[in-house]
Amino acid sequence: MAIAFEKTRGLTDIPTHYCPGCTHGIIHRLVAESMEELGVLDKAIGVAPVGCSVLAYKYFNCDMHEAAHGRAPAVATGIKRVHPDNFVFTYQGDGDLASIGTAEIVHAAHRGEKISTIFVNNAIYGMTGGQMAPTTLVGQKATTAPYGRDEALAGKPIRMSEMLATIDGAKFVERVTVTTPAHIRKAKKAIKECFKVQIEGKGFGIVEVLSTCPTNWGLTPVEALRWLEKNMIPYYPLGNFKKPEEGK
Amino acid sequence: MAKVLMKGNEAVGAAAIEAGCRFFFGYPITPQNEIPEYMSRELPKVGGMFVQAESEIAAINMVYGAAGAGARVMTSSSSPGISLKQEGISYLAGAELPCVIVNMMRGGPGLGGIQPSQTDYFQATRGGGNGDYRVLVLAPSDVQELVDLVIEGFDLADEYRNPVMILGDGMIGQMMEPVEFKEREKRELPPKDWATTGTNGKRKPNIINSLYLNAEDLEKHNTYLQNKYNKMREKEVRVESYNVEDADVVISAYGTTARIAKTAISKLEKEGYKVGLIRPISLFPYPYDEFNKIKDDCKGVLTVEMNTGQMLDDVRIALNGRVPTYFYGRTGGMVPTPEEIVNKVKEIYGGAK
Ligand SMILES: Cc1ncc(C[n+]2csc(CCOP(=O)(O)OP(=O)(O)O)c2C)c(N)n1
Ligand code: SF4
Ligand SMILES: [Mg+2]
Repeated sequence: MAIAFEKTRGLTDIPTHYCPGCTHGIIHRLVAESMEELGVLDKAIGVAPVGCSVLAYKYFNCDMHEAAHGRAPAVATGIKRVHPDNFVFTYQGDGDLASIGTAEIVHAAHRGEKISTIFVNNAIYGMTGGQMAPTTLVGQKATTAPYGRDEALAGKPIRMSEMLATIDGAKFVERVTVTTPAHIRKAKKAIKECFKVQIEGKGFGIVEVLSTCPTNWGLTPVEALRWLEKNMIPYYPLGNFKKPEEGK
Repeated sequence: MAKVLMKGNEAVGAAAIEAGCRFFFGYPITPQNEIPEYMSRELPKVGGMFVQAESEIAAINMVYGAAGAGARVMTSSSSPGISLKQEGISYLAGAELPCVIVNMMRGGPGLGGIQPSQTDYFQATRGGGNGDYRVLVLAPSDVQELVDLVIEGFDLADEYRNPVMILGDGMIGQMMEPVEFKEREKRELPPKDWATTGTNGKRKPNIINSLYLNAEDLEKHNTYLQNKYNKMREKEVRVESYNVEDADVVISAYGTTARIAKTAISKLEKEGYKVGLIRPISLFPYPYDEFNKIKDDCKGVLTVEMNTGQMLDDVRIALNGRVPTYFYGRTGGMVPTPEEIVNKVKEIYGGAK
């Protein structure tokens, strides 16, 4: 019998711990498939964050580091400087990357570290139980914003991709989502393009993936997908912010 | 090899390169800037890599990455910067990664000052960051010993898969002295088969990690770490002592203050006082047993530090009330003089020699 579909070798057989309907799982698969298809899995070294994806080091079938909260880009810098020919990536949430780890991501980009970052933005601190993130939308409820995010108190949500795109060392910046099969295909294309920027030695690349947290948003998985499309995409527009010019 | 005149901080860099360190991640802070400056100048010449990090937090996490990837790696800083590194040091200890960390201590608390001090003794010897862990702490008292300990520190780090801290102070970092890079025998070290190098499709993934969500597993990990620290306690105690059995007063001091204590002791001897010295070289593991050599009717043990009494705790633990303890310290970057120590010893003698 012909095999129509096989699970990527980029993921281990360990069942993930993600909540039903959480899109972390889809994003893992896209990252793993992209590494396998680009032929870099066997030389990949990944860095897991602190957040719901803290156990990503068990799920990706390659060498992994578990980093301190927000420090993945610094850890990846250390790895890549030692092994410049290996493929080095970080996988980080929005609390991890856009709050406690802003200095590390900004400076990894600014040094033009030849690493790739997958930035999973679910507008909430998932792991710790739904506290406000810097990315939480104005009016969105969180356990530390019980009346909804108040712009006067907490400011507006931070747009990391737009900010990082202004940095010279960042060569690839794109925001995608995974709420429909069409979006998933686009997301994978962006991840592969981002990874190629590293493989070709061009500099830093990041793909921001708008992701759901049905558990902490208090929605069903399907409602969460629609909530994301209706509320997050207008504030966090999808699309490519930066890519290397052809031939460069 | 012939002796060369070197400043302490530059000697740290030269010793690290001699030991095969090829990666350095750091952030400027006085009084240790000559270390990153030296490394930025010299590492590229030997195929190494210097990165000026955006902060000490980033620097130590780069160390975590590079050490996990299997490299010999070093970072250096001074007190406020070492405070920022504590997060990473805890992770390095938890994930059992070898590296050398240099602290050229300055006065605190807070921004404090830029003059020499020994105020980070507690932080260095009790772990410093969160969790129940230890780093090997080595305290040189001259530039030659600084060189020797940095070189040996890399081997110790690899042997125990543990961070090693070189605890110096602004004085030793800035001092110029002749040093010799001695021939040394190569140590048998365990292979770094745990390092992340990419699987090359030939082995299972290696994982660098300090997370154990299951309580039983984390307890096991802690027990394992404690056994390792106990092995260090057995095998890695380093101490210089002088005239301990005979002395009526024993001075205990490390690093720069130990040198000053030696000058005080030779002055006192000329006047007929019988004074000994215990100079711990390893601060963790601490040379507790050395204090057992002190006679029961010793008038007292005088601890001298550039702080308000930190190693004093370990001296008291060692003596367990058997002999009276005294303390003399200066702070803020003030350095005790031999005369001050002489006077303090005479006070303990109470007039009767
Ligand atoms: C230094 C430190 N501060 C706080 C925490 C607690 N903490 C764990 S996960 C997390 C938030 C993670 O949120 P995010 O990065 O958005 O990931 P998500 O869980 O949403 O995927 C926090 C604050 C920690 N582990 N370490
Ligand atoms: S808490 Fe949210 S982000 Fe975390 S696994 Fe559950 S749904 Fe996903
Ligand atoms: Mg989040």
